[in-house]
Amino acid sequence: MSDDFDETSEPDLTADEEALLKELPTLTDVGQARRKFIGQSIAGGLGIFALTLLEQEKVLAALAISPDAMFAPAMGVENSVKVALKINGAAKSLVVDSRMVLLDALRERLELTGSKKGCDHGQCGACTVIVDGRRVLSCLTLAATCEGKEVTTIEGLAQVDNLHPMQAAFIKNDGFQCGYCTPGQICSAVAMLNEAKNGEASYVTADVRQMPRSVELTDDEIRERMSGNICRCGAYPNIIKAIQEVHSGKQAAQTWNFHKPETKQADAINDVLTKEATSDATV
Amino acid sequence: MRPFKYSRANDASQAVQLAVANKNAKFLAGGTNLLDLMKEDVERPTELVDVTRLKFTEIKASDGGISLGALAKNTDTANHPLVRQNYPLLTQAILAGASGQIRNMATNGGNLSQRTRCPYFYDVAMPCNKREPGTGCGAFEGLNRMHAIFGWSEKCVAVYPSDMAVALAALDAVVKVSGANGKERSIAFADFHRLPGDTPEKDNNLQPGDLITSIELPKNNFAAKSYYLKVRDRASYAFALVSVAAALETDGNTIKQARVAMGGVAHKPWRATEAEKVLAGKAATEAVFIQAAEAEMRNAKPLEHNRFKVELGKRAIVRALMMANGGAAASQGGASNG
Repeated sequence: MSDDFDETSEPDLTADEEALLKELPTLTDVGQARRKFIGQSIAGGLGIFALTLLEQEKVLAALAISPDAMFAPAMGVENSVKVALKINGAAKSLVVDSRMVLLDALRERLELTGSKKGCDHGQCGACTVIVDGRRVLSCLTLAATCEGKEVTTIEGLAQVDNLHPMQAAFIKNDGFQCGYCTPGQICSAVAMLNEAKNGEASYVTADVRQMPRSVELTDDEIRERMSGNICRCGAYPNIIKAIQEVHSGKQAAQTWNFHKPETKQADAINDVLTKEATSDATV
Repeated sequence: MRPFKYSRANDASQAVQLAVANKNAKFLAGGTNLLDLMKEDVERPTELVDVTRLKFTEIKASDGGISLGALAKNTDTANHPLVRQNYPLLTQAILAGASGQIRNMATNGGNLSQRTRCPYFYDVAMPCNKREPGTGCGAFEGLNRMHAIFGWSEKCVAVYPSDMAVALAALDAVVKVSGANGKERSIAFADFHRLPGDTPEKDNNLQPGDLITSIELPKNNFAAKSYYLKVRDRASYAFALVSVAAALETDGNTIKQARVAMGGVAHKPWRATEAEKVLAGKAATEAVFIQAAEAEMRNAKPLEHNRFKVELGKRAIVRALMMANGGAAASQGGASNG
């Protein structure tokens, strides 16, 4: 892959631009990280792919605005409500407009933009987060009602440098195309597997009077239970594969690789990808 | 969304007081329908009274039947061992509705209080007697494929959207409410929701300040033979074109008692009493089920775009009764038709 610009040459900048650039060291770090990320994800396997994503997250996190600015109520707040809640394990305290939904609080006030606003009417599932262990729609949850609740978003699933198994399975099984519905799909899938583990039934469960301790999910069961998450790219078959892999614990062979490898390097990469899909051994 | 005051109620009497003090206040439970309608500017409360911290979350055996707390979540209700064991029809009906996320949020009381999904009701640019009395019914002469075939009036042809309520209608539920005067009272399920008549703005017979506290189900002998069939435009996560809750109590092959209720056909869950009359005392055979379905659907009055619901309703009743009679083990047909 060729870079769009030459990294080594200094661009012609005006004095103002020069000063601005100096004031934004973190931004140039992001660019650096991004270029490094592209290089690494080509050179290595998915282990590095995953790690670098996390690295990038860290750099982006450093860009966050100061906590004071974050928790102060925005201008024009009406009927303000104070809410203390836990988000991804961290205690947060917010003053919100009574109208603010959890999704907007996460995205606009807490800089957690992983949860996506799709339809904003509870029809697409892109905003799915986990509240007190249950998957819910953050677009139809008033932030004011979340006092004392524990919220887990897509940002809270990974453990430091290790992706959540569901995140890794989505990457390995190519469970997305544009990626917009993915945070909701993954949060939904993680909580859904817990529901199945607790023996909860679905509309396609053959006999709801039988109460197994946990439910073995067929593809039909997964389809029904995930029907609240819409994917406009139609990645459903691969989403089901990803969920089934985590549910069954049986590793399936990775089915995708780079198209028409023409170089020894591409051959080598495909070799790594197919063999070591989620393993850190490639790092 | 318009500005509103947010109040959190600590107990039932405080909740009712707040609602009585402000006639434009609304109770907030799961919020899955109310917030959506507020975003659409259909609902415009000036105050939301959050009742989710109240104690009505219990599901317990009661008088040989079961008591379902108004604030128990739909998911927890559907999966409660007593419900799955003794009222599998209710479990199936709840699980046929909405999505996993929404069922995790929605409460039992809120499910009964949800409003129609008629597109003319949702679109504030359209006339709708339910939303704005006196403006006319956009659906009556408009696109009415999803609308009522029973009990409608020229003022309103909307249908009630809940699946849970269809099962509750079949199972003779009783709704307990705490009234503005602080007194508890019971409403038979058949009297809870109402037909539109001249006042379609009223979905049900609750009075201002009424707070649903629980739903009671009497004991029955339908658990072995019941089935909830939902026919919709896609396999899951869609409202019913027609749905049927069917339950049979048999002695050998003779039907001692039958219950049939329909969703997606009227302004309230439609108890198919004509079908039930035909079934009582007869043999549980397909021929009898067809007779029963024909007796019920004979009174249907379809609109311009929903004539198909008459034949569909007939077949759905027969199919649901067949599935119920075949026992739950034969119920996998549900997978293909949602």
